[in-house]
Amino acid sequence: MKHVLHKHPLAIRWFHWINFPVLLVMIWSGLLIYWAYDPYKISVGNFTILSFFPDGFYKFLHVPFRLAEGMAWHWVFMWLFILNGILYIGYTFISGEWRHLVPDQTSFREAIEVTLYDLGLRKTQPPFIKYNGAQKIAYFSILLMGIGSALTGFAIYKPTQLSWLTSLLGGYAAARLEHFILTVGYVLFFGIHIVQVVRAGWRNFQSMVTGFEAVEPAIVPDEPGPTNIDSLPPNPLPA
Amino acid sequence: MSKLSEPQLPKSDLPESVVRRRTLKAFGWFALAAVVPVGVYEWLTHSAQSAHMRKPLRRVLDTNARIAKSLFSNNGLVPTFDVEYAAKNARVNGHYGIKTPVDAAWQLQVDRPGEEPLLLSLDDIKALPKHEMVYDFKCIEGWSQVQHWGGARLSDFLAKYQLGTKGNTDEYYAYVGLETPDKAYYVGIDMPSAQHPQTLLAYELNGQPISALHGAPLRLIIPVKYGVKNLKRIGRIFFADERPRDFWAERGYDYYIGL
Repeated sequence: MKHVLHKHPLAIRWFHWINFPVLLVMIWSGLLIYWAYDPYKISVGNFTILSFFPDGFYKFLHVPFRLAEGMAWHWVFMWLFILNGILYIGYTFISGEWRHLVPDQTSFREAIEVTLYDLGLRKTQPPFIKYNGAQKIAYFSILLMGIGSALTGFAIYKPTQLSWLTSLLGGYAAARLEHFILTVGYVLFFGIHIVQVVRAGWRNFQSMVTGFEAVEPAIVPDEPGPTNIDSLPPNPLPA
Repeated sequence: MSKLSEPQLPKSDLPESVVRRRTLKAFGWFALAAVVPVGVYEWLTHSAQSAHMRKPLRRVLDTNARIAKSLFSNNGLVPTFDVEYAAKNARVNGHYGIKTPVDAAWQLQVDRPGEEPLLLSLDDIKALPKHEMVYDFKCIEGWSQVQHWGGARLSDFLAKYQLGTKGNTDEYYAYVGLETPDKAYYVGIDMPSAQHPQTLLAYELNGQPISALHGAPLRLIIPVKYGVKNLKRIGRIFFADERPRDFWAERGYDYYIGL
């Protein structure tokens, strides 16, 4: 007998994996669009620390002179991104899955502890049920960022017809910058996400495909009964 | 929300054979599903082109335009600013159609189906009520700049000379076509956008006659579209139910690009 935790409902797994290629197309086509006017940089005084983006970066990814193509892809796949996002948010709240996702007042302290643990500065990590505090904050932020991308996107897509939205976001140029920063956020999230998934190991990863995760029978008591949350061992597989 | 409100994850005990079978099945479906985006990409990037854009993408963009046209009205106005926010030196971008000097004998030609073309001077346009507008001009490249334009409403112009309608009816043609005198640059505008109250036949920039590089003597200023539709040095205006040819739409851009 294997003792399994049913971790990710089928719908969540679909939304997660559909989002991957769709967001990839949105970021790639967004880059083709951004190239045509690419003023953003991080600088101190006259010294540029980071330019978005150096010519070599564009050249390597075959970005230059593809604005029309980028716009076409962006304005087609935006519908899939929005639809998938709406279904995900709707499902999360209707199914009660949001209880695993929405951070609470303990999440922030927990997130610091988890971070210290991940950096090797703390021996144990705090107990959690599905996601630890850091995960809750990260995954819930991503959801809010998705809403932000849709709103800032519409603000620059229809700045006249939706001028109230564009004004609310600080104007056309500001909305474009916000849209860009959110995208940088996705890329940073993606990088950390991949590292953490690799660290968490195969059994955690495969639960995003199968939905369940086998847990050590040695740790989890075989006989079901009333459980006290505090007596449960921490999930050995942080993602 | 207290910590206790988060439910435990459902657990069950399953024979190892069941776990193995479910795992294999899930990964089988996963592999199969992973083929879908690859297939979509291959299909899209190998589908036929329509004016340098993949046809399926073109169809969705045309649908986007239909959605925009049905949802939005000409009550949606571009925000305007006080005149001191206007750029002193408005940016110049694009020289197609204005590479030769302005012809001193310039006249605006307006084609009228079944009639002789109407030939008008700049003074005829200036005789119409003048409107000034300071707004954020938006280039399709992504930059924008607050600029101060002055001219006559295109809608006033159409009404005054009874243009754009079919015969003696009130029915408008679906599109307005505009082109430069040398026909090197040309755009098509849907009639509702042409009739938008902020769409101008502009002859002034910052209170001065428009310079050659900005499209002297008369140009289109249409805030509900990106700059590429704001044709400089208008030579000819015509009306059609089919989309008039459009310089950038022929080069892979969306035709409507309504803001």
